[in-house]
Amino acid sequence: MIQSKSLGRWLALGLIAGVASVSAAPASAQSTLDTVKKRGKILCGVSPVAPGFSYADDKGVRRGFDVDICRAVSAAIFADPDKVEYVPLNTNVRFQAVQSGEVDILSRQNTWSFSRDASLGLDFGPVVFYDGQGLMAPAKLNVKSASELADAAICLLPGTTTLQNLEDFFRPKNIKYESVVFENSDEWRNAFFNGRCDAITTDRSDLASVRAIANDPSQYVVLPETISKEPLAPTIRQNDPNWRDILNWSIYTLIGAEEKGVTQANVDEQLKSEDPEIQRMLGVNGDFGKMLGLDNKWGYNIIKSLGNYGEVFDRNLGPKTRLGLTRGPNELWTKGGLLYAPPFR
Amino acid sequence: MRVDAMSGTRLLYNLRFRAILYQVIAVGSIVLLGLYLFSNVSQKLAEQNIATGFGYLSREAGFVISQTLIDYKPTDTYGHAILAGIVNTVWVSAWSVVLATIIGLFVGIARLSRNPLLALLAFLYVEALRNVPLLLYLFLWYALIVTSLPAVREAWEILPHVFLSNSGLTVPSLLWTGAHTIVLLALVLGGALGIFVHRRATALRISTGKTRTTWPWVALALLVPPMLAILIVQPDLTVSLPEKGRFRLTGGAQLRPEFTALLVGLALSASAGIAEIVRSGILSVRKGQWEAARALGLRDGLTMRLVILPQALRVIIPPLTSSYLSLFKNSSLAIAIGYPDLVMVSNTTMNQTGQAIEGIAIFMLVYLGLSIMISLFMNWYNSRVALKER
Repeated sequence: MIQSKSLGRWLALGLIAGVASVSAAPASAQSTLDTVKKRGKILCGVSPVAPGFSYADDKGVRRGFDVDICRAVSAAIFADPDKVEYVPLNTNVRFQAVQSGEVDILSRQNTWSFSRDASLGLDFGPVVFYDGQGLMAPAKLNVKSASELADAAICLLPGTTTLQNLEDFFRPKNIKYESVVFENSDEWRNAFFNGRCDAITTDRSDLASVRAIANDPSQYVVLPETISKEPLAPTIRQNDPNWRDILNWSIYTLIGAEEKGVTQANVDEQLKSEDPEIQRMLGVNGDFGKMLGLDNKWGYNIIKSLGNYGEVFDRNLGPKTRLGLTRGPNELWTKGGLLYAPPFR
Repeated sequence: MRVDAMSGTRLLYNLRFRAILYQVIAVGSIVLLGLYLFSNVSQKLAEQNIATGFGYLSREAGFVISQTLIDYKPTDTYGHAILAGIVNTVWVSAWSVVLATIIGLFVGIARLSRNPLLALLAFLYVEALRNVPLLLYLFLWYALIVTSLPAVREAWEILPHVFLSNSGLTVPSLLWTGAHTIVLLALVLGGALGIFVHRRATALRISTGKTRTTWPWVALALLVPPMLAILIVQPDLTVSLPEKGRFRLTGGAQLRPEFTALLVGLALSASAGIAEIVRSGILSVRKGQWEAARALGLRDGLTMRLVILPQALRVIIPPLTSSYLSLFKNSSLAIAIGYPDLVMVSNTTMNQTGQAIEGIAIFMLVYLGLSIMISLFMNWYNSRVALKER
C-alpha cells in the first residue's frame, strides 16, 4: 500500500510536470497574503457581465461595485487598487473556483447562506449589499403583484438560490408556473425580452442591471414583492483568518469612512483630524495595519483610491447611474440602514 | 503460441508477453493514478470542511423542472430530479438519432445524385452544418423560434385548437390514464404479431415458392388486440383543449421551443456527418454491383435499397456508432438554451448542495453507461449486418 501510494505520487508528479502549466493550486501551508504578495496581484472572481457590479467598460477595463471590493483589498495590500486580475465566473463554477484556489476572493453577487457557509469550505466577508430576490415583468402585461403570476413562464438562471426561493414563494400560495432555466445569461435575458417568458426573476440589483440593458427600460416593471433575503457577501476559502481579517476590515474601512465623513476628496485633510478613530483608521496613529500584516497606511490607501462606501455605491449603482438604485437597506445604520462597521479600536 | 525459452531476458523479447506486460503496466498506472487522485481529493475535502457523500440525493430538491417525461414535483428528492434529467437527455437524444439517421440517409444519397443541382444542395447542406460549431446552431435555432414566432398571447391558431407561438406548439391531448397505456401496449403487441405473420409468409414463400395474400392477416393482427383492449378497459376519451389563459396556454400537450431547438440542432448537425458516412459507404460498393443489378432489370431506387445499401451498411455502421455517441454527448449543450437535461438538473443540484464532485461523478457515470449501451447495441447490430463468410 505504501509502495503504491508513493508510486501514485510519483506518477501524479510526472503528469503534472508533463502538463507543465499547473493551475495556481493553493499551498495550504502558505497564507493567502503571502501568496498574493509573492504573485504581485490578487485573483478576483467576478460576474462575467453584470452592469453596475462587474462589466468591462468601452476601454475594456473592468468596473463595478463588486470589482471595487477587490480593488479596495488591492489598495490595502499594495497601495495600488489595480493589482488585481479578474476571473469571470458563472454561477456554476464560482464556489469551486474559491475552493480550489483559482481565485483569492470571490466578489460576485453571491448570497451568504447557512449551507454554503457550513458545508462548502468557504468563509464569507461582511455583507456588502443587502439584496432580495424580485421579479420583473413587461409593463404591457399589467401585472401588479407576483401573486398574479399563475401559469406564467418565468425565466431563471441555474444554480443559484433563485429557483428554490421561487418555489418557496409560490408553493404555499398553490400557484403553478413554468420555469425556463438558462445557463447563459445572454440567452436568459433575450428569452425574456423576446417574450418567451412572462417574468424574469433574480436579485433585485440584478433585475436593475437587466432593465438597464433593455432597449426601452420603461417597458419593464419590477414587481413589489421581495421574495427572499439575499445578503451578498464576498467569499474566501476557509481557515485563513488573516486573509479574512484583511477582507473584513477593508470593507469596514469603506463603511467606517462614510460614517466618519472621510471621502476620497478630503482624506488628505482628514489625516490631520483630531478624531482618534479616524487617526487609527487612516494609520496616523496605532499599528492597525501591522496587525493585519499590511502597511499602516492601508486604510488611507483604500479611501484615497476608491472613496468611502457611499462613493463606491453612487459611482456604480446610485441614482445617477443606469441602474438607478437607491440606498434602501444599504444605508448607514445611523440613517436607518443596515450598514454598520465595528469600531476601529 | 510457443514459449521457446524459460530465461527472463528471452521472455522479455517474446512479443505476446510484451504486449500483455505493456497493457498491465498501462492499466495499473491508470488505476494507481485514479486511487491517488481519489485519496487526495477525499483528504483535501475533509481538510477544507466540504461535505461529501451521496446522502444529499435523498433530500428534497425544491425546484421546478418544467418539462419532464416522468412525474416529478418540487417536493421530490434530488435523486428523483436527476432521474428526470436523465430521462429528458435520453428522450431528446433518441428522437435526434432517429431524425438524424433519416435525414442523413437522404442527404448522403442526394450527394451522389446525378442531378447536379440536388448534389450541390446536399453538398452545401453538409458543409454548412459540419463547419460551424453545434452550439452556435443551437443559439440560432432557438433564437429563430423565439424571435420569429409571436408571443403566446398573440399565438397563431394554425388549426382549430392548435396554437403556435414562441412558447412552442400546443395541441389538444388526451388525458392519459393507465387504460390508455394498456391500449398502447395492445397496439405494440398487434404490431409484433403483424411482423411475425409477414415473416412467416416470406419464409414460406422462399421455401415453397407459394405466394399467399397476407395483408388481411396483418391488418387483423394490428386491429384486433387494440380493439379488444379498448372494449375491455374502456379508456376515457376526455380531450384536454388548449385555452388562452392570462399568460400561457393551459391544457393540451406542448412541444416546447427548448426541446425543439435542441432536437433540430442535434439532428441536423449529426445528419451532416451521417450523410458523409452514408456517401462513403455507398461509394465503397463496387460499380460492378450497380451494373449487375441493372442487368437484372432493377431500377435505381430498388438497386439502392436491395443491393447497394445492405452492402454499404458494413462500412457505414462502425462510424455511425461514433456519430450516435457524439450526438448523445452533445445533448449536454441543452443547458445553453434552457432544456432541462441531466447536466442542467445536476448543475442546479450541485449549486444548491455544493457537492460538485459527486454531481460530476454521477453524470460521468451516466454518460459512460449510456454510451457503452449505445456502443454495445451498435456492435450487436454490426455483427448482424457484417459480411458473414461461410
